[in-house]
Amino acid sequence: MAHPVLTLDNAVVRYDRLTAVDNISLELRRGETLGLIGESGCGKSSIARAIVGLQPLAEGTLAVEGETLKDASRQRRLILQRRIQLLFQDPVASLSPRLTVRALLSEPLKIRNAFTAENWGRIVALAESIGLGEQLLSRYPHQLSGGQARRVALIRVLAAEPSIIVADEPTAGLDISVQGDLLNLLRALKDHLGLSYLLISHNLNVIGRVADRVAVMYLGRIVESGPTAALFRGPAHPYTQALLSANLTLDPSRRHERIVLSGELPSPAHPPAGCRFHSRCPLVQPKCATEAPALRTDEDGRAVACHFPLAARPAVIPQAIAG
Amino acid sequence: MQAFIALSRRPGGTFAMLAVTLLCLVAIAAPLIAPYAPNAIAPANRLMEPSWQHLLGTDHLGRDILSRLIYGARVALGISLSVIAISLSTGVALGIAAALSPRAIDLAVVGVFDIVTSFPSIILALALVAVFGPGLGNVVLLVSIVFIPHFGRVARAQTIAIRNSPFIEAEKVLGAETWRVVLHHVTPNIIGPIFVLACMDIPVVITIEAGLSFLGLGVRPPLASWGNLLNDGYTYLDQSVWLATFSGLALVLATLGFALLGEALRDTLDPKLRKAL
Repeated sequence: MAHPVLTLDNAVVRYDRLTAVDNISLELRRGETLGLIGESGCGKSSIARAIVGLQPLAEGTLAVEGETLKDASRQRRLILQRRIQLLFQDPVASLSPRLTVRALLSEPLKIRNAFTAENWGRIVALAESIGLGEQLLSRYPHQLSGGQARRVALIRVLAAEPSIIVADEPTAGLDISVQGDLLNLLRALKDHLGLSYLLISHNLNVIGRVADRVAVMYLGRIVESGPTAALFRGPAHPYTQALLSANLTLDPSRRHERIVLSGELPSPAHPPAGCRFHSRCPLVQPKCATEAPALRTDEDGRAVACHFPLAARPAVIPQAIAG
Repeated sequence: MQAFIALSRRPGGTFAMLAVTLLCLVAIAAPLIAPYAPNAIAPANRLMEPSWQHLLGTDHLGRDILSRLIYGARVALGISLSVIAISLSTGVALGIAAALSPRAIDLAVVGVFDIVTSFPSIILALALVAVFGPGLGNVVLLVSIVFIPHFGRVARAQTIAIRNSPFIEAEKVLGAETWRVVLHHVTPNIIGPIFVLACMDIPVVITIEAGLSFLGLGVRPPLASWGNLLNDGYTYLDQSVWLATFSGLALVLATLGFALLGEALRDTLDPKLRKAL
């Protein structure tokens, strides 16, 4: 079997003494879109930063197409790392404020020493094809709209010729119609260029629409993962169930009883003993407070870290999936 | 061109540009426009009041004040621009390097900056010149050392403010080497305030040079520097006010011009403040 395009093995990310990501393993297959969901502060963005090389892994390994970065030579590591590109949450802030769009778009080519008339022509054509016309090239980032800035950031990322794109809240701050356009564009690019996506979002409708598989994070750990449709139809982890029930739906007949979790997200500096979710779990048992459940994978590719997983049953179906 | 128009829209911007341009033109064209040789002594004409013959009067040796002021502009601008150029480039390089280095190196550089800054600039300049000897070249180099921490600290603080911002991280993810990030993304984004500082430091350097000249440790007489002129004017103030007045005015013109230019420049260099086109 071919190697997964990205493998994260037992990864730990620490900031001083705070462990933001605690022993997480992920696999991203070629052409796949993996959604990563969870509350703010659960470690989603830390994973993204570690994968793109902005934050060193305290423990664990990262491999691109089966090649472990840690074992590669410096030169090779740079090349491998460049295959993973990041779409930032705030696209305007991710563009150097004193450069024009033209300079910003040529930058990735210059970094790769690939700034030729032919390559530049391709970038301009690509920009044109997604609605960034010639007249935009002399603008500065602060003169762009949110959607335009996102497309500029996207072209820059594509110009680095990645095989994996990590997108951190790619639709944040866009209105629904622009969100849809962007997601369609991402999907078209994926099919066209053979990309794989790691999509980080707390917008379940977005994840439901584009992700092939979903991983749910809670306090630096993955509590559940599996194919999107199956996981959304029948969440096995009480946290996933609560998360899905909190999703807003436009259709009143589809609104289900919302499971409201008690308490705040505990601080990742002092995670609860045992199952990390036990302090807020509506179905908590004595065992949960002492013993941490392992992430167990079943034959359908679904994994859950819970001592008492919910039986698969049609419960909460987000509109994006059902409709 | 656009920058000039934007500058002139600022209050004081037109004045600043005129004053600075005038100073530069005068300094460059000194031999062409000075009515007399700056060092031509004429004891018979000593301490004359302004007249058609000597537009700004003469000093205690009968030298033409206007001519000496014109040549003095050369000295003042020459010294201050070289000092600023040396200290700005060195300071910015050190400041950025410190901000991007491991903590120990950063602290060491900041420590050196603090030590240099803890002395009043004129005293430190005096001490250095006293140790290494006077003369034009030494004055320029030693005064530069005094001003390096000025630029170094601002460059360091600005770099720290932006070093973790998304646009810097975006470049790192794209695979940009450190030199590219520093040259293309750090420097252009921190240089605005540093130019402003440079403009505001020019008159300070002029003053320090004047102070050193006054004590015989800077530009040696008879070379005309505004410091020497002010000193001469001060010595003979009870007999003639013209020299002190006009050399003082020249200093004011230079100070105001560069300070206002600095402010106007700051607003112009920040594209976010630029009026939407």
